[in-house]
Amino acid sequence: MLRYAIRRLLFAVPTLLAISFVVFALLDLAPGDPTAQLPLTIPPETRELIRQSLGLGQPFPVRYVRWLEQFLANEPLNLVEVLFGIKIGDSAGRLRVSSWATRSPVVDLIAQRLPQTMTVVGVSYLVAILIAVPVGVFSGYRQYSVFDQVGTFITMVGFSVPTFFTGTVLIVIFSGALGWLPSIYDTTHRVTDLASLGYQLRQMAMPVMVLALFSAAQISRFTRSAVLDTLHQEYVRTARAKGLSEPLVLLVHVLRNSMIPVVTVIALGLPTTFAGAIITEQIFRINGVGALLIGAIEGADIPTVQTVTFIFAGLIVFFNLVADLLYGMLDPRIRYD
Amino acid sequence: MAADQAAVPVASARAAGHGTPLAHPDRAHKHAVWHRLRRHPGAIAGASVFTVVALAVLFGSFVHGVDPHYLDYRAKNQGMSLAHPLGTDNLGRDTFARLLAGGRLSLAVGVAAMALSLTVGTVIGVLSGFFRRLDGPLMRFTDLFLALPVLPLLMVTTMLFREPLRAALGLEAGIFILVVGVIGITSWMQTARIVRGQVLAIRAREYVTAARSIGARPWRIIGRHVFPNALSPIVVAATLDIAAAIITESALSFLGLGFPSDFPTWGRLLYDGVPFLTLTPDRVIWPGLAISLTVLSVNFLGDGLRDALDPHATAASRGSRPPRRTQA
Repeated sequence: MLRYAIRRLLFAVPTLLAISFVVFALLDLAPGDPTAQLPLTIPPETRELIRQSLGLGQPFPVRYVRWLEQFLANEPLNLVEVLFGIKIGDSAGRLRVSSWATRSPVVDLIAQRLPQTMTVVGVSYLVAILIAVPVGVFSGYRQYSVFDQVGTFITMVGFSVPTFFTGTVLIVIFSGALGWLPSIYDTTHRVTDLASLGYQLRQMAMPVMVLALFSAAQISRFTRSAVLDTLHQEYVRTARAKGLSEPLVLLVHVLRNSMIPVVTVIALGLPTTFAGAIITEQIFRINGVGALLIGAIEGADIPTVQTVTFIFAGLIVFFNLVADLLYGMLDPRIRYD
Repeated sequence: MAADQAAVPVASARAAGHGTPLAHPDRAHKHAVWHRLRRHPGAIAGASVFTVVALAVLFGSFVHGVDPHYLDYRAKNQGMSLAHPLGTDNLGRDTFARLLAGGRLSLAVGVAAMALSLTVGTVIGVLSGFFRRLDGPLMRFTDLFLALPVLPLLMVTTMLFREPLRAALGLEAGIFILVVGVIGITSWMQTARIVRGQVLAIRAREYVTAARSIGARPWRIIGRHVFPNALSPIVVAATLDIAAAIITESALSFLGLGFPSDFPTWGRLLYDGVPFLTLTPDRVIWPGLAISLTVLSVNFLGDGLRDALDPHATAASRGSRPPRRTQA
């Protein structure tokens, strides 16, 4: 198991490097000049100086390696310094990936935006799991019952209807017609007492519902088929034959075994939910990481786009790794060596 | 010629089970699939709804002959009426006509992106499953694509290449090729994996060994034996790919990075309707309903096809990994 984990970890490194190259090259080799948006009255010499100050004077491979160095060496070092309050080497002179729009380090921008995204994504994923797993289990256990038919239909709808439509429909109903919930998420809101906590819950309700519906649809579809698979195993028949009570059979023999693939799917789905937050943030005007990415794309702020995209890729690679390792840990039948 | 004879025993074995003449070995299989599909209520409902949507979008303009680009300021922001069945927008354009035109574009994007993704996925899947030496590199390549953050990359690519392609190929063609291209290139991985698994299983069958032993060349074996037998998962992937492509395109358009307002798809119509949400909420509801209904019907059809084409598949092999979607 340990050997497999190490091998798997080592394989993640070239994957991440390849992705970082794709992301960097795509943005860097694309047509268009970052100074094209500046006023035409700027003389060519000054324009060239601006290009130099943006770091565009060097050839492509040099810039790629320096970006990698800044992102993979300087930024983690900086993070360690901030977290533990220590100084490692020349911390003031270390170059950091900085945004062209704000001239501040991109990682700081992301750190400002991350709490908003994490709150919405985290809560919605938790809600989705809490709804989806019981629904999926019961649907599978009572296959073809009315509950199963209705549940399967609803998950199909949740899976097919795009989040930007459910989001706008919810706004039309709950903010427009009923006036119960705010349609714009206020990130400056601070929870200090019961009333402000109530407002926080109300403004989170719709974004969380939208994201949770989609994740829940996927997880419950999968849970249902996993339970169906387990129900037909011989050990379930044996458990029933030796006279175990039905709750015992379901909760111990069926549930524990069918949860193995479900747990890995939950791990695999988390980065997708982060990507989904890009759209949800756009609907409800949450200024999270997704809004940062959209703003950076519209403003042609290439370092920010590169960094945020690469972090999204890192999330996918990381959770793939987590899913693979979890699978091996939860299921002793799987041998890797 | 030799390979043809090798295929006969299998065909006859399959046909004998259903009592169909040897001359039409495929007919029994098709009949059984059709029979199973007919008893799947979701598949039938999905197929009917999709057919209605496709017919409406293709031929609706002959019935409702209003020009979707015609501006009529005096009749702006109207509700439903006989002249404008779904009302008009803030510039007085007919919502129903725009919905029909948008649907044509949305479906065209869906089908074209599906064709591209299916071609790439099938080629990579067959090569990787059939040629052992290519398997490792091609699957690593697939894994790499699976780890790409698709939505951010789609957004970045359309932003960067929209203007140059538009200048080179014209307004509508440029954006169409760009959107179809980026969706197709980032959505073939699941198909490749499924096809590879299927090809690996087929390659070990006796009829392939028989064909090989009488000296058939690899490409002939692929064309004659492997590909036809790997067709059913490809058909299922095709339907699910259409649904995913329509969703991805409308998500891009919803973020303002897809088609322009002059040639709106359903997603763009929805995006353009959001600022007028309180004034004319139906401008959001109709395109959204159109997207949802189409995707839902295609997904139901795909589910039914999968059940009909592969009745022995276990639940786990159907969904060992959930289909990846670019957008949550």
